[in-house]
Amino acid sequence: MQLSTRHLLGIKNLSKEDISLILSTAEQFKEVLQRPVKKVPSLRDVTIVNLFYENSTRTRFSFELAEKRLSADTINFAASSSSAAKGETLLDTVNNILSMKVDMVVMRHSASGAPHFLSQHIPAAIINAGDGINEHPTQALLDAFSIREKTGGLEGRKVAIIGDIMHSRVAQSNIYLLNKMGAEVTVCGPPTLIPKYIREALGVNVSYNLRETLEWCDVANVLRIQLERQNQVLFSSLREYSIAYGINRQLLDSLNKEIVIMHPGPINRGVELDSDVADSKQSIILQQVENGVAVRMAVLYLLANRNN
Amino acid sequence: MAVLLSSEQLSTTIRALAKTLSERHPGFEDVVFVGIQQGGAVLGEEIVAELQRLNPGKTIPYGQLDITFYRDDIRKNIIPPDKMNIHFGVENKTVILIDDVLFTGRTIKAALDVLFDYGRPAKVELCVLVDRNEHRQFPIQADYVGTTVQTSRTDKVKLVNREVILIPA
Repeated sequence: MQLSTRHLLGIKNLSKEDISLILSTAEQFKEVLQRPVKKVPSLRDVTIVNLFYENSTRTRFSFELAEKRLSADTINFAASSSSAAKGETLLDTVNNILSMKVDMVVMRHSASGAPHFLSQHIPAAIINAGDGINEHPTQALLDAFSIREKTGGLEGRKVAIIGDIMHSRVAQSNIYLLNKMGAEVTVCGPPTLIPKYIREALGVNVSYNLRETLEWCDVANVLRIQLERQNQVLFSSLREYSIAYGINRQLLDSLNKEIVIMHPGPINRGVELDSDVADSKQSIILQQVENGVAVRMAVLYLLANRNN
Repeated sequence: MAVLLSSEQLSTTIRALAKTLSERHPGFEDVVFVGIQQGGAVLGEEIVAELQRLNPGKTIPYGQLDITFYRDDIRKNIIPPDKMNIHFGVENKTVILIDDVLFTGRTIKAALDVLFDYGRPAKVELCVLVDRNEHRQFPIQADYVGTTVQTSRTDKVKLVNREVILIPA
C-alpha cells in the first residue's frame, strides 16, 4: 500500500484510495500525539524545508510540529526575511536550498500552480501548503478527517461550504475531496463570491440563501472573507455581508437540528462567525487544528517512504 | 508449506506458557501484558484469556503495540500501521511483551523503543510462541518460549488461523 503520487500538489490528482490511506494513517498518528512521548523516529533521516512565500500561522506551525514529531530535520524559509526579497527567482532559491541536501519541500505561494511548476524542475518531493486560489490539500484532508471523526464517515454526508468560494483554495480542495469520497456539497455565499459555472465545473449545489443551506446540511464549513485577494468591491460592506451570511447563535438555535460548525481559520469574528458560535460545543474548529498535525504527519510519512 | 504447530498443539503450548507465567508472577502484582501487532496481538489475547481462567477475579491489563513507525527498514518497505492500544501506564511496571515468532530480534528491538515512549518500565520480559534462535541478529532472547524450531534463513514462519506454518522460500 502506498500513495499513487510522489508529490501532494492537490486533491484533484489523488485517488479515493490515496485519501483513505492518508486518513487511516493519520488515525494512528493521532494516537502517537496522545502518548507521553509524542514523537516517533520514522523520518529521522529526512530533511524538510518549509518554504513560505505567503503568511501563515496555523499551517506553518502545524507542518513544523508534524515534521518534528516524525523526527525529521527542518529548516524554515520566510520570503519576507530572505533573498527572495532581493529578487532571486523561485527556482534559484529552491535549487540553492536543495544543493544542501533537502529531501522534501513544503511550500506555500501566492501564485496558483507554483508547487506544480517546482515539481517539474526539482527532484525533491513537494507538498502544497496552499497555492494562490488553487488548492490547499492538507486543509481539505484535515477537514475530512475531522468530519469523519465527528460524524462517523464521509459517504452521504451533506457539507455546506459557506462564504468566499471565489478566492478560496480551501473550498476547491474540499470540493474535490468530498466529491471523491461520496459526500454531497453545497456552496453558499453572495453571487459575486461564487464562480458562475461552479455547478457544472465541480458538481456542487449552489445556494445564495444561508438559512436554507444550514437547514439542508450536516456540517457547515465557514470560510473567511479573503480581503487580501479581492481587487474590486464584491459586496458593499463587511457589516452587510455579516447580516446576510454571518452565522450567529440565534440563527443556529432556530434550525430544526444541530449542525457541526467548521472554520479553517483565521476567523474574522463578527463577520462570518459570531464568537458564541465559534466557541460553542457545535464548533470543532480547535479539533481541526489538532487533527491537522496528525494528518500532516501521515502525508509526510507516506510521501517520504514513497520516494525511496 | 509445513505445519509446525497444529491448532491443538497451539492450545497446549498456550496453556503451558500461561502456567509458567502464573508461577513466575504469583498474583500478577504490577504486571502488564503487551502483544506485538499482528501475530503477537492475536496470541496475547489467547494467553491473557488463559491467565484469566487460571487466576479468576484478577484484572490482567492487556494492550497491543504496533512497531510500524519504529521499523529500521521503513524506507525499503512501506506497511500501513496497525492499531496501538496501551491504555495503562507502564511506568515502574513489569511488562511482558508477547510475540508469535522470534526471528532476527529486530521487531523486539523496535518494540522496546516504542515501549519506552510510553514510560520507564521496571522490567521487560519476552514471551514467544516460536523461537528461531539460530537466526538472531541482536543480543535478544526470550524469557518464555513455546517451542524452538530449526529453520533456514529464508523460510517464513507465521501464526495463521491458530496454526504455526512454515513457508519455504
